[in-house]
Amino acid sequence: MNTRQLNFVWVVLMLATLATFGIGEVGERLGIAGPLAMAALLAISFVKGRLVMLDFMGLRGVKFFWRGLLLGWLLLVSALIAIAYWIAMR
Amino acid sequence: METHPNTPAHPGGPAVAPPGDLAIWFFILAELLAFGVFFAAYAFGRAHNVELFNEMQLTLNRPAGALNTVLLITASWCVARGVEAVSRARPATGARWLAGGILCGGGFLIVKGFEYAAKFGAGINLSTNTFYMFYLSLTFFHFMHVILGMVILIVLWWQTRQGTYGPANMNGIESGAAYWHMVDLVWIVLFPLVYVMR
Repeated sequence: MNTRQLNFVWVVLMLATLATFGIGEVGERLGIAGPLAMAALLAISFVKGRLVMLDFMGLRGVKFFWRGLLLGWLLLVSALIAIAYWIAMR
Repeated sequence: METHPNTPAHPGGPAVAPPGDLAIWFFILAELLAFGVFFAAYAFGRAHNVELFNEMQLTLNRPAGALNTVLLITASWCVARGVEAVSRARPATGARWLAGGILCGGGFLIVKGFEYAAKFGAGINLSTNTFYMFYLSLTFFHFMHVILGMVILIVLWWQTRQGTYGPANMNGIESGAAYWHMVDLVWIVLFPLVYVMR
């Protein structure tokens, strides 16, 4: 892992955090509400979580088994949250 | 020559095992499973109390939650830079990066401490309502993990200063760093779920 890649990932994570916070503060005024906001927030946290796994945890060059386990966890948790929110919207 | 499990089976191929000790990865998977169950319980608990959760969520300090996200991610970045420096035989630089990670982790604990103080000061506790039962237990469960992660980082910082780690001995520092990144990873799901998503 080189330092430039780590720094780049940190910048992306900061911008993504700003996006998450922005959706909470001004999302409704911009029309990002309800299912759209939920989908956007889950997508942002998936992108963030994936970068932490691949670059910070150093799983990028590791056999897919390990990446699959952690990414699978993130996908499963995101799916369960989406289902629960969908149930709540009905 | 001893073959490290982290070295590829074939030159240029993927490493067989993740960085650090394999045991820490099983521990990380167990922790992720526990947090996953907690997150699902929160989301489905909310499905039965949507109005209460939406109303109570607005009483949370979102800027503090966002600031804590910045602190944890920055701490993770510092730790990753620290591990990278040690792997290039620069332990003094690595120790400084680890110290930066410890400072950011400490900042997280202070911000969260102020958040708890404000809630407890307002008379909020575990039995206030279902939302606060989830908020307090879920964030405190995570808080305890940050404290354990801080202890690990302080030990790693001390050992790195002592010259324990280097390119030929990365197992301990990589294992501790992986645990810290797990704590960061969990917060990356927790913050939008509990503070923002409605």
